[in-house]
Amino acid sequence: MSALLKRREFLLFLAILLLILLVRARFPSFGSPANLAAIFNDSAILIILALGQMAVILTRCVDLSVAANLALTGMATAMLNAALPGIPVGLLLLFAAGMGMALGAFNGILVWKLALPSIVVTLGTMTIYRGSIFLLSGGAWVNAHQMSPAFKAFPREVVLGLPVLSWIAIAVIAVFVLLIGRTGLGRAFHAVGGDEHAAVYTGISVGRTRFWAFTINGGLAGVCGYLWVSRYAVAYTEVAQGFELDVIAACVIGGISIAGGMGTVAGALLGAFFLGAIKNALPVAGISPFWQMAISGAAILLAVAFNARAERRKGRIILKSAQSAAPVIRSSGAAS
Amino acid sequence: MTMAPPPRPIPPRHIPDRLNGSFLRRLKSWETLLLAVAAAIFTFNALASPYFLDPWNLSDATFNFTEKAMIALAMALLIIAGEIDLSVGAIIALASVAMGAARQMGVETTGLVLIGAGVGLACGAFNGFLVAGLGLPSIVATIGTMSLFRGIAYIILGDGAYGGYPASFAWFGQGYVWGAITFELALLAVLAVVYGVLLHGTNFGRRIYAIGNNATAAAFSGVRVRRIRMTLFMLTGLMAGIASVCLTSRLGSTRPSIGMGMELEVITMVVLGGVAITGGSGTILGVMLAALIMGLITFGLGLLNVPGVVMSIFVGILLISVIALPKLLEKMRR
Repeated sequence: MSALLKRREFLLFLAILLLILLVRARFPSFGSPANLAAIFNDSAILIILALGQMAVILTRCVDLSVAANLALTGMATAMLNAALPGIPVGLLLLFAAGMGMALGAFNGILVWKLALPSIVVTLGTMTIYRGSIFLLSGGAWVNAHQMSPAFKAFPREVVLGLPVLSWIAIAVIAVFVLLIGRTGLGRAFHAVGGDEHAAVYTGISVGRTRFWAFTINGGLAGVCGYLWVSRYAVAYTEVAQGFELDVIAACVIGGISIAGGMGTVAGALLGAFFLGAIKNALPVAGISPFWQMAISGAAILLAVAFNARAERRKGRIILKSAQSAAPVIRSSGAAS
Repeated sequence: MTMAPPPRPIPPRHIPDRLNGSFLRRLKSWETLLLAVAAAIFTFNALASPYFLDPWNLSDATFNFTEKAMIALAMALLIIAGEIDLSVGAIIALASVAMGAARQMGVETTGLVLIGAGVGLACGAFNGFLVAGLGLPSIVATIGTMSLFRGIAYIILGDGAYGGYPASFAWFGQGYVWGAITFELALLAVLAVVYGVLLHGTNFGRRIYAIGNNATAAAFSGVRVRRIRMTLFMLTGLMAGIASVCLTSRLGSTRPSIGMGMELEVITMVVLGGVAITGGSGTILGVMLAALIMGLITFGLGLLNVPGVVMSIFVGILLISVIALPKLLEKMRR
């Protein structure tokens, strides 16, 4: 099964490579190392959020409130910066992460303690968080000139050839590789989504595991809130509206099963990078940006159809082994 | 026969539409609770704003929910059957763009209505093909078609707009049937009765509950699960198409962003109406009461000059508290 999973990510990798080569064939500037780094930087926020969402989806939940969380935290951070420009960026980043975690933990508490379906809870908190931005800001924008220079410069600063934004994404990827592959919590994510009852019997608290998935995801959304607002140098009520669906799309394209328990860090990373590559390839290839939505829709459907096929084949293999086992018994019976 | 009657006549087997918990049983039913909430909001609004009780104002207020409620009717059936359709807002956009494009080619009112409803039905059939035919999970499949349908609308229309609909077309979204009763409200009432009978009075409706409770068991009992799922997706698409006709007619123009985010409001309406998001239970009456509540809240807050984004906070809190409260009380009683 791990070979199958590996192959799926490998195919996605090939698809991205093919896309890049196709565009590169006509537009040689596309796909150069510098251009790829730019695409990675452009997809950094999507990658971070896709990893967080992956943790949630692995536990057979979904978080629709990430984009609203991002926007609310971003607005709060921007307003804090506008009011008190003296606060260093590091503290603001901590504030954003903490606030995002709190918002995520609220989802997690409802899912854990009241056993409410996550889709309904996050549908509700999505509208609550989004509305709260308006309450907080009174509908006003925080514009570039109100933000301190350090606030805007931080994600752009180039360290060792890459902007800080990219480095943050790389750090999150590294943490997730360790978290999912090397810790009990990461294993619990898989266990809870794979089989809830089996997880309980092995001593894993299903609710608590989900709570942590939501909290981690919220914290990442909070960090992205600051990154988004400082990168685009503006904060308003509709920031990142509908972005939660891009995030889920990235996960689905990356082969993370919405039924829980199946998915890899590489998958989420490639899924997000794939969407980022398409988004960057369209204007280069001179295709109207209005095509982007339909293309990502088609990509999602293809990915889901492929995932479903792969999952179904897994079922068939079990049957085949049972079938092949039967004649063996019969022939051995005949021999004796 | 009269000599040896059975000690107690066996009543016909009755399977309730929803299995109420002990707390809900005391409140009689979810619908009673919703009715009480609706009455409370109505009274509050009437006291808070002197303009609320005007019949024409109230008639205007129904536009807040009629189109969404039409879709909610079909969505309720779909969710009871354990599926979901997130693409309804995108279907509205695609149907509206199709009508706008047809209008540019000189199609008249009847043709426009048929095209709007037809595109909706076709989109629903495509969703049904993905879920019932290919066996994809409906939540991801319809996230995909949501991008696809709206994406096609954007490809056709870009950042432009279609307009110039014929005067007779405006009747669907702006016309009055009798007094202050709008065409949309009358249509919604008729559709609600149709869906109510379909869900609660026919074998088809009973099979929807069966699928939602246990699709495998339903299949072994001879229910054509895939065919019913296909039908439900087509019905939802059709309702989105009809809602698109009403919405396009009411606005008088088409942009590709039309109906953006409507799927979430429709689902909120259905869940608020007491339909279990995990499938298997719910009533049409509950969904209609939830539609009324959401309409009243939006309208009442609008009269009090509360901006739309803030209204959505109320809807969100309502959604969460309405599903959390029974569980919370149950927990505290224990």
